[in-house]
Amino acid sequence: MAKFIIHRILSLIPTLLGVSVLVFFMIHLIPGDPAEMMLGERASEQSIKSLRQQLGLDQPLYVQYGRFVSRLLQGDLGRGLRTNEKISVEIAERLPATFELSLMAIFIATVIGMLAGITSATRQYSIFDYFSMVLSLAGVSMPIFWLGLVLMIIFSLNLGWLPLSGRLGYDIELEVITNFYVLDSIITYNWAAFKDALWHLILPAFTLSTIPMATISRITRSSMLEVLRQDYIRTAKAKGLSLLMVHYKHALRNALIPIITVIGLQFGILMGGAILTETIFAWPGIGLWILNGVYARDFNAVQGGTMLVASMFLTINMVVDIFYAWANPRIKVM
Amino acid sequence: MKKVIPLLTVFVFLFTGSVLAESPKTGGTLVFGRGGDSAGLDPAFETDGNSFMICDNIYDQLVLYADESTDIVPGLATSWDIAPDGLTYTFHLRKGVKFHDGTEMNADAVVFSIGRMMEEKKVKFFKDNWEFPKDQPPPEYWLSMEMEDTVDSIEAKDNHTVIFRLKRIEAPFIANMGMDFAAIVSPTAVIKHGADFRSHPVGTGPYKFVKWVKDDMIVLKGSPDYWGGRPYLDKVIFRCIPDNSVRFLELKTENIDICQFPNPEDIDLAKKDSKLKLVSQPGMNIGYLSFNHTKALWQDKNIRKAFAYAINKKAIVDNIYYGLGQVAKNTIPPNLWGYNDDIEDYPYNPEKAKKLLKEAKFFEKLKKAGQDKITLWSMPVARPYNPNGMKVGEAMQADLKKLGINVELVTFEWGTYLKKQRTHPADMDLFQLGWTGDNGDPDNFLLILLDGMADPNVRTQWKNQEYHDTILKAKTTIDMKARVRLYRKAQELIHEEVPMLNIAHSLVVWPMKKRVMDFKLHPTASIRLHKVWVK
Repeated sequence: MAKFIIHRILSLIPTLLGVSVLVFFMIHLIPGDPAEMMLGERASEQSIKSLRQQLGLDQPLYVQYGRFVSRLLQGDLGRGLRTNEKISVEIAERLPATFELSLMAIFIATVIGMLAGITSATRQYSIFDYFSMVLSLAGVSMPIFWLGLVLMIIFSLNLGWLPLSGRLGYDIELEVITNFYVLDSIITYNWAAFKDALWHLILPAFTLSTIPMATISRITRSSMLEVLRQDYIRTAKAKGLSLLMVHYKHALRNALIPIITVIGLQFGILMGGAILTETIFAWPGIGLWILNGVYARDFNAVQGGTMLVASMFLTINMVVDIFYAWANPRIKVM
Repeated sequence: MKKVIPLLTVFVFLFTGSVLAESPKTGGTLVFGRGGDSAGLDPAFETDGNSFMICDNIYDQLVLYADESTDIVPGLATSWDIAPDGLTYTFHLRKGVKFHDGTEMNADAVVFSIGRMMEEKKVKFFKDNWEFPKDQPPPEYWLSMEMEDTVDSIEAKDNHTVIFRLKRIEAPFIANMGMDFAAIVSPTAVIKHGADFRSHPVGTGPYKFVKWVKDDMIVLKGSPDYWGGRPYLDKVIFRCIPDNSVRFLELKTENIDICQFPNPEDIDLAKKDSKLKLVSQPGMNIGYLSFNHTKALWQDKNIRKAFAYAINKKAIVDNIYYGLGQVAKNTIPPNLWGYNDDIEDYPYNPEKAKKLLKEAKFFEKLKKAGQDKITLWSMPVARPYNPNGMKVGEAMQADLKKLGINVELVTFEWGTYLKKQRTHPADMDLFQLGWTGDNGDPDNFLLILLDGMADPNVRTQWKNQEYHDTILKAKTTIDMKARVRLYRKAQELIHEEVPMLNIAHSLVVWPMKKRVMDFKLHPTASIRLHKVWVK
């Protein structure tokens, strides 16, 4: 097992190096120059030149890449071109928001997705099955910004049940410790803030959960269907166990591995920052920040942000793999 | 008796008026919804409107702009003297003003605040020998307003007197001193926070900085001992809501008080909403179409005039600006001093245009240049002065087609567009661009946009000796009346020579809740909340 883990960790290095090359050259391939963007109409030949020099953009690309990688190895992501703030600080300020939202979204997606998947599998070809599978197809294909706006109009504008956007009402005082608002409000026994933070989470988390929810419900359904065909299920049923017991204890447990893998992968994707959801719900997370970086051609922000997101994704992936290997010893024999 | 009656009416009006106008109420919170976050809050180094709108409320400058115009009024300086040679400005500072951190605003603080932007720091302090921070980013506005070429030295003569010595006579200098970059900052705080001063701003303004949650909100609170009188609001929150539709929904659900930059469609909805009102202000900007003056084809002013008759500006403003603009007849907007209202614009008249083109042998010249069509460069992005460069380009293309001119629309990614345009390539015949004013001085439009003889960076590169002389004279004349005369003359020259077509000045319209009182949009686009109150 230890050998497997070490192997997995080592294999991260070439992948990350590949990511760094891809990210660096892709953002530099996009036409546009941060200095031109910053100065706009007032840009002159001299001001552009001096700003580019200041930002280190006057060097050849390979020199810039070398600097980027050598800084990266020292754990330094550099400073944002637009804000002159350390990238690590910028990320640290926003990551908890994205993490909180992703966690809530994956929670909703898992609960609803699995329940729907199990029910569909146990009642294959029933009306519920058709309905939930059509719905899950809609879930993966629905444009997020459209869904977000529709939910806002229904639940905030018309019904007035939930707040429209943001993380916390501005009239709520909350002592920020970890920057996870739900957690902070619990630590400080601030129940008004707890309720408000949770209320603010519901719409964006639900919007964000639709795609993983659909994926999870489909995987759950197919994985369950496969297990339900096994002999031991028939035996369990024959023993006279209740259906609930058979489905949730015997079948689900064995169907769980692919489901967990999918949940892990989906969570990794969500952690990359949900650009559309964060933009619509004015959610101050990583996705919104990277998007603004792309608009301003803030190379450092985009590079640093993407590198971090990629390494998080790879790490989550690795943890899932290790878990998988632990659960299914056959995997280790590669 | 004849004179008494109107006088009486005026008195009655004034009396009832003053009774009807509500007196401002102190207290309350205002939530301002905007589209993006600030980049930083150190006015010397910021370049974007979202940063400046916060700085507008935290800091003051030596001079300020009047509430609704770009006239210069006293700020942290109560008065200033200009030496007869126009090269020495002595500012007399307001006494007893403190920064939000409790330190004293004095002559040394002014020397520090402005001096830190100078490349060669020719400064003299009176008592505190502040050390300037090292490794600063370039002070973009200080450089682009040519302050580096203008200011020679700064000296604190005593605790409340600062002397600026200039390298050259520069009439717009005093207007520049009212801009955000010239704000006076607390030297103690700058030294304490270093580069992080950008997120720990300390000034003397009506509001104090409280907190900044990045991409979410910036919170300010009223400074009770503000020298200009306590602001009415207790607290101001600038909320960042990137999506225009969502920002407007937030206004409709009454979560925010003001919605910046709504979608044009939402303005009609706001008009119909009994809880909302609209506040508008002509923007201090110009969207224009210029000729490539480096090409022989565009040297004949009659050809240029023909284009002025050919473009239907009113249709563009009505259909593409959604009415949120006004047709421009001058390069400077009407809310700037020196605006020449006597100028009569070229009316839309395709017949006249055709005639002029024929007389000027335009098509022959085009053929001689080896072209069967002309190119029209149009911006790929919305700008404050033009909501849709490509659509405006298409409208112009259709207008010119009526004269038999084939036009090819050309565009690039925005940064590339700006870069390529500066090189004036031969395959560029016409280009659209625009300008947003900085300091409310006509020089900031008329030199920067059109005096190609003054600077190779002038984007139109129009070169006209008489125009250049006029602009230079106006720039080096201190007397206001004389300057107004010169700028009026410059506008006549533009009208006669048609170096570019002035298309439109945009109109800024923001919906807000009816409870927001005395909110005024300033021509410079700054957001000043000192006198705003809520019911």
